[in-house]
Amino acid sequence: MSDPNASVSAAAPETVETETYRGSSLPPEPTADKPRSLWSDAWRELRSSKIFILSGILIFVFLIMTFFPSLLTFGKDPYTCDLTLSRQGPSSTAWFGYDNNGCDVYTRTIYGAKASILVGVFATAFTMLVGGFIGVIAGFFGGWVDSILSRLTDIFFGIPLLLGGILVLSSFPASDSTNLYGEVGKVVLALGILGWTSMTRIMRSSVIQVRNADFVIAARALGASSGRIIRKHVVPNSLAPLIVVATISLGGYIGAEATLSFLGLGLQPPVISWGTMINDAQPYIRVAPFMLFFPAIFLSVAVLSFIMLGDAVREALDPKLR
Amino acid sequence: MSEHLLDVDDLYVEFRTRDGVAEAINGVSYTLDAGETLAVLGESGSGKSVTAQTIMGILDMPPGFITGGRILYNGKDLLTMPESERQKIRGAEIAMIFQDSLSALNPVFTVGDQIAEMFQVHRGMSKKEGMAKAVDLMEQVRIPAAKDRVKDYPHQFSGGMRQRIMIAMAISLDPKVLIADEPTTALDVTVQAQIMDLLKDLQRERNMGMILITHDLGVVAGVADKIAVMYAGRIVESANVWDLYAKPAHPYTQGLLDSMPRVDSKGEELYAIKGLPPSLLALPPGCNFNPRCPHRRERCVREVPPTEEVAENHTAACFFWKEVARG
Repeated sequence: MSDPNASVSAAAPETVETETYRGSSLPPEPTADKPRSLWSDAWRELRSSKIFILSGILIFVFLIMTFFPSLLTFGKDPYTCDLTLSRQGPSSTAWFGYDNNGCDVYTRTIYGAKASILVGVFATAFTMLVGGFIGVIAGFFGGWVDSILSRLTDIFFGIPLLLGGILVLSSFPASDSTNLYGEVGKVVLALGILGWTSMTRIMRSSVIQVRNADFVIAARALGASSGRIIRKHVVPNSLAPLIVVATISLGGYIGAEATLSFLGLGLQPPVISWGTMINDAQPYIRVAPFMLFFPAIFLSVAVLSFIMLGDAVREALDPKLR
Repeated sequence: MSEHLLDVDDLYVEFRTRDGVAEAINGVSYTLDAGETLAVLGESGSGKSVTAQTIMGILDMPPGFITGGRILYNGKDLLTMPESERQKIRGAEIAMIFQDSLSALNPVFTVGDQIAEMFQVHRGMSKKEGMAKAVDLMEQVRIPAAKDRVKDYPHQFSGGMRQRIMIAMAISLDPKVLIADEPTTALDVTVQAQIMDLLKDLQRERNMGMILITHDLGVVAGVADKIAVMYAGRIVESANVWDLYAKPAHPYTQGLLDSMPRVDSKGEELYAIKGLPPSLLALPPGCNFNPRCPHRRERCVREVPPTEEVAENHTAACFFWKEVARG
């Protein structure tokens, strides 16, 4: 944000204007001095939203878990296990108890965030890029380009995300690699290969709305090329719905990853993720329910915070809800 | 025939819609020279904007189809030109101002950004140079405190100021032809006058040819050199301003002039042309104006009236122009 002092000088000329009225479509903001755009407006709206602040704090904590897990586990290692402690319940030394192999559930839950969050973020980024790109092309050029791309999207849309994920992952079973990023990449591809369709649909319809806007026609009349019109005029004005859907679906991908891992198809041990932990815990649910309970809670809260964030962003970006 | 700056020659445009073919433009011809202002006058749907869009090459195709005619710019036909060449002409040689300046400016970028973009795209300038030029242009279109306002967004300006920014963008590259499509319709009356003055001044300074599309006879009188009156996709009368106002030779033009409120007709009922403009999907046979025409004869239904020379530089498409001109 620019500093408030600069806005004072920008506001002054308003009084010198010979035309005294301002368009009635303006939002009745008493502090309308600062140069405002859709995004800065949205940011202002977000900062005062309780849901945004709550989900923001939660997501911040999850990000710390992702990138600096040892900060929260006091240096404990998730792979240091003691079989004698197997399935011991929560205590003051192990808040979440121990799992079947005598590993500290708290430490593993914290470390498990990394795989889940990474899958969520990369799957969302992947679908946003691929889906967004196809949507822009289909929406902007229309005609037969649109027909072909839209039918293609419909075909992929018809296959359920999880079914597709199961299909892909069981056709290309786990390699022996224990590389976290390799494993994450595979799951991301499995989810992304079907997940892009909803992004395409959103982007296409929002591009079609913008495509015939006067400023696009004006830009063309003033000599802008199609590429430039897409970059400068169409994409910035049609991105908002995509961002909202992406934020919400990030939670969905984390859930989908957990589901796949639970089924034994997603991330494979020794990679730790909430899904694999739930999978490990499932046979002992009656003996040691805490083994399942804690990763499941973390998973739910993570999914919930991204969905709440998406909701808050949607409200901020949609002027009709103000 | 001497070469004109812009020469629209026997242009035909139709829209193929689900309901049938709408004949939007049926043989429009007009010319424009440097430093000259041509006002194209007509009701909504008379094809005045479609003609402009065809010149600019921003007609939606499909459903629009150009079925005949040429548009010569400096002797070169714009319609047969490759798209890449035409894009260089757009903005740099022929520029356009739109009616609704709020929706014609991109809401997510500052106005300075948008003006500067013109220089970045066409002149390869840096962003900084472009912004300096933007301030310069905003001063030229008389926006107060341009330096401070260059970083404002379109919605922070009033309607008139936004239209000035549109104008600044359009004239930024010194175009030879400026098409103004109802530039003042969305503004209130006092602002209209300011914008028209600005356009007139800019046009004189830069010796541009200007096509002013409007349905407001009042706007035209002070600004235009010549007028083309359009009805149902045809030019029914064209003349220089004073001849047209003094001696209209087409019943439609006469009707338009008579329907203007006048100071000396206070208290009387205002004249209105009877009937409605025809549907372009089903134009009346013969002269398109015949169902509404007070001079209508049987011949008007059977034949299309040719464009006849009424006087020097004054043409009308009416069989009975002599009768009409006599009043």
